[in-house]
Amino acid sequence: MAAESAADLPEEVRSWIGQERYKEKTGFPIEMGYVLTTMSATQNGNPLYWDEKAAQELTGGWITPPTMVSVWFRPHDWSPGRTEPAVPLQLHFDLKAKLGLPEAVMSDNTIVFGEPIRPGDILTTTQILHSVSPLKTTKLGTGRFWDFGVLIVNQKGELCAEERYTGFGYNRN
Amino acid sequence: MAANLMLGDVKEGADLPVLEKLVKPVTVVLGAVASRDWRPQHHDYKFATGNNGLDDIIMNTPNLAAWFERYLTDWTGPKGRLGRIKFRMKDSVYPGDTMKFAGQVTKVTRAAKNTSWVDVKIELTAGAKGCVSCEARIAVPETPDANPWKLKGDDWKP
Repeated sequence: MAAESAADLPEEVRSWIGQERYKEKTGFPIEMGYVLTTMSATQNGNPLYWDEKAAQELTGGWITPPTMVSVWFRPHDWSPGRTEPAVPLQLHFDLKAKLGLPEAVMSDNTIVFGEPIRPGDILTTTQILHSVSPLKTTKLGTGRFWDFGVLIVNQKGELCAEERYTGFGYNRN
Repeated sequence: MAANLMLGDVKEGADLPVLEKLVKPVTVVLGAVASRDWRPQHHDYKFATGNNGLDDIIMNTPNLAAWFERYLTDWTGPKGRLGRIKFRMKDSVYPGDTMKFAGQVTKVTRAAKNTSWVDVKIELTAGAKGCVSCEARIAVPETPDANPWKLKGDDWKP
């Protein structure tokens, strides 16, 4: 359940609470090359992702690791026609900009996993702001905590994951 | 990686094997690249320290999630299917840190079709520093023929 939001938020930010924003589809192929890069980065030898026979036996073919769910929506740092880098979780960056809090970290993250994501899937995601806290001071600086969610569904409308993030946007002390 | 863990191998209160890994700068950058996280605090020392007030570049959250998944499935084997994961970042993980993943089974409950949910609490520390607290729920088989990956719809409610 979302916490109650601060009373002193700008009206524009307050209007975002509960709204579905940034409905987007995956823009590059979901494929096993990326999976193997994550497997290598975490030295993970799970045969489900290295051995096609094991994948066929257990999951009816290749699947991608559940915790890679957010990877598929991270935009390219550069792509033709863009004059500025695209950012994932645009809502988080909008909050930083609108609240004048240039630095940020994620403090809490919860992911509930549904249908496995498979190579070739086309996913759709939406972002929802749940709450923004009053100003608080931590060892990093003074700022606000915000709670937002991301829903990910596949091309069949099956829920693949539901993410919940708490970000802390701040000005350094 | 273990052979497939089954419910009979799991006891509430039992400790998981510990995983320790030395973090090098390449560990941080590889993890950020693998998770398509181009933000500078994960690869640019000057930005991380000068702009963000950090001690060095830092491991990024999505890649830490992948490390937690690796830790859990090292224990369960490939039939282990992660249902949910929750983590709280307490402190940053820097190059030079040795990550230590230490988990404990907190609860076991029946799920559908001869599978069970195993709840695990995991602490990721680096020396005396508590870095991430994690709670995870992973499905494991109760019998050799059971397969958590086959669960769908109402049978899969983590």
